[in-house]
Amino acid sequence: MTIAAAAMDRGTSSFGVYNVKLGMWVFLLSEVMFFTGLIGTYIILRFANPEQFARPGEVLNVPLTAANTFFLICSSVTMVKAYAEIERGNQQGLKRYLVATALIGMLFVGIQGVEYWKLAHEGFVPVAALYKAVGRHAAEAGEAGAVGAAVLGGPLYGTTFYTMTGFHGAHVTIGVLCLWFTVYQAYRGRYSAQNVAGVEAMGLYWHFVDLVWIILFTIVYLI
Amino acid sequence: MSTVATAHETAAHTHEEIPFLRKYIFSTDHKVIGIQFLFMSLFFLLVGGLLAMAMRWQLAFPANPNAGFEGRPLPGGGLLPETMVAGGVMLPEFYNALVTMHGTIMVFFAIMPLLIGVWANYLIPLQIGAPDMAFPRLNMASFWMAMPAGMMMLASFAVVGGAANAGWTAYAPLSVMPEYSGVHLGQQLWELSLVILGFSSLMGAVNYITTIVNMRAPGMTWFRLPLSTWALFITSILLLLAIPVLAGGLIMQFFDQTIGTGFFKPDDGGQPLLWQHLFWFFGHPEVYILILPAMGFVSDILANGARKPVFGYAAMVWAIVGIGFIGWIVWGHHMFMSGMNPMLGGFFMVTTLMIAVPSAIKTFNWLGTIWGGNIRFHTPFLHAISFVALFVIGGLSGVFVASAPVDIPLHDTYFVVAHIHYVLVGGSLFGIFGAITFWFPKMFGRMMNEPLGKIHWALTFVFFNLTFFPMHMLGSGGMMRRLYDPTQYPHIAQYQDTNIFITYSALLLFASQFIFMFNFFWSLFRGRKASENPWEANSLEWTAPSPPPHGNWGDRKLKVYRGPYEYSAPGASADYLLQTDPAQGVPAPASH
Repeated sequence: MTIAAAAMDRGTSSFGVYNVKLGMWVFLLSEVMFFTGLIGTYIILRFANPEQFARPGEVLNVPLTAANTFFLICSSVTMVKAYAEIERGNQQGLKRYLVATALIGMLFVGIQGVEYWKLAHEGFVPVAALYKAVGRHAAEAGEAGAVGAAVLGGPLYGTTFYTMTGFHGAHVTIGVLCLWFTVYQAYRGRYSAQNVAGVEAMGLYWHFVDLVWIILFTIVYLI
Repeated sequence: MSTVATAHETAAHTHEEIPFLRKYIFSTDHKVIGIQFLFMSLFFLLVGGLLAMAMRWQLAFPANPNAGFEGRPLPGGGLLPETMVAGGVMLPEFYNALVTMHGTIMVFFAIMPLLIGVWANYLIPLQIGAPDMAFPRLNMASFWMAMPAGMMMLASFAVVGGAANAGWTAYAPLSVMPEYSGVHLGQQLWELSLVILGFSSLMGAVNYITTIVNMRAPGMTWFRLPLSTWALFITSILLLLAIPVLAGGLIMQFFDQTIGTGFFKPDDGGQPLLWQHLFWFFGHPEVYILILPAMGFVSDILANGARKPVFGYAAMVWAIVGIGFIGWIVWGHHMFMSGMNPMLGGFFMVTTLMIAVPSAIKTFNWLGTIWGGNIRFHTPFLHAISFVALFVIGGLSGVFVASAPVDIPLHDTYFVVAHIHYVLVGGSLFGIFGAITFWFPKMFGRMMNEPLGKIHWALTFVFFNLTFFPMHMLGSGGMMRRLYDPTQYPHIAQYQDTNIFITYSALLLFASQFIFMFNFFWSLFRGRKASENPWEANSLEWTAPSPPPHGNWGDRKLKVYRGPYEYSAPGASADYLLQTDPAQGVPAPASH
């Protein structure tokens, strides 16, 4: 046990929550402020320039992203299962569910990436000068990318979309890397029923990332 | 399991020689990290001061022959490239860069690290009775993010286009349109540097909060914490919640600069006002981050110097909490002139004036602390009592600019410059000098030279007031901020003598700091050896050796019996009583 943990044993702790867990909660509080800043910016810019924002489904692929949201929620379930397994001391269960969580996380990022690529091809980009969003419906009608095609939304739409979902995607990616590290630690036998701190902290972060996505999906794709 | 592991770890550290690199450069010991921050931030304080000297030279001696001002060449200007100083005359663009970088470096790389990077790291574990921080490796990462961020900020002077020049507040559209500002890479480096520094501060805040909540020694209840720790705790919460908003804004500004987004550009539907809101929503808690720790140190030092408990300890705690809390709903007072609805201005005016209440409570309680005390006028005490006096002046000028109608003529004038320097230098910097002189013996095991300390204090106090008090008059007279050449306006040219007076005072203020520098370095090697408790103080850090070893108290078990301010306690054998002293015959105070 580290000096810090030993000190915590004999010290006066206010919430009865050990260091790593308290630290993660405190860090997540700061993350709330970060995403609030980004989402607040989106709300302000959207209310000021409603004509720059397309209606749901015109540009963005809601069904695919809805499925992606479901996958991410599933990964939170597997994360919970992983924690439950190690609480019971079941190393095999822990590894299985951690790997599942990481894989589903990678699936989420992959689908997001593919979505970004397809959107960019239609001209839905964050850069004002290059913005040309023609949307899925126009694409289906065979006018995708055609010069003079209808422009859906304005530059701010692309800018805010990519900033919000991009930073979320970055957080998921970092989460996936941390998950693989947790898997590695699990295979080294670092976790037990008495030593669940790392898994619990990982779980907290992962649930947070999921929660932010649910909010983002609602605000960006559905409203 | 725990005791065996701890003993083993302590043994490992005492029996093995830790390599130099791990001990002093990549250390995870909170004390070493605090000292690293100390050297880094003192360096940046010097740089920030140099930038200010260059600014003051230009303001005193502008080359404006048409108005009868011949100007004088900038000393050292010959060393600078033609893009900055041409023929001894500073270019206006360079002046704007100086203004920007003076503010940025002083706020982010001098005062913030001096208050928090140094003292939160050094003091918190020692004052709460912990062997180290909750996350020592994260702590090390925190310093090693701050240092490169500072280097990046300095490097921005050397790039094409020069350093950022949109003010430390970086208002859009100037900050996002290189075609207006002339600065490309410099502004981008500024943004990135602050993002990295923000991350460093954020990691620190997570560490400090977790440590204070979780790792207090047995008996160290919340209301037995020294006010330094309380202040650093609330400051950490402010950091935690404010910095991410700044980071978001900086990232958006960076995107506007680099990849062509339009967050703050009206052409694309963006809003310059959005930047102001994002910046000041961070910016106002930031100024409380810059003052609260100093308030905490002042409480500890005044009680020690006066040999009396802090007057109204609980009120002091709630005042810190109150200032921290109300500070979130006042940010609009930086934006009174942005065109907002006067009703909204009224709201911000009321909340801003409300903050004067807890600040005043603290001021009266400081006076109550020293009233009738058996005062020891040591150097830390002199700095601390100066803090009280000068912070009051700064607070009073704050009341003027807090009143929205009064702010109309005062906004963006030297009146505001006077206000901010009274609170930041008169307040924070004097608090920092107090803290350094007070805790130097603990940090380095040697006393600083007392006569030199007093001379430095006296000169700094005099020249500080001579430099900044006249700025109230300049501002009321209409001299604007960030003004390259005051003589171009007749209504300001009449005050040029005042500007010259201020410059001479500022140069003398700058020169006086060399006494401190000399004292600091001389005492490091030749200062009188310090005992465990040279100031006869009560808090836990004074029960550890000077300097404390790794782990602070070794295997010694600490138990806290009382609060930190039991000076001149009836029944005690001395006029101080350590928190760890059971002292059976002395009753603990009734509350808490």
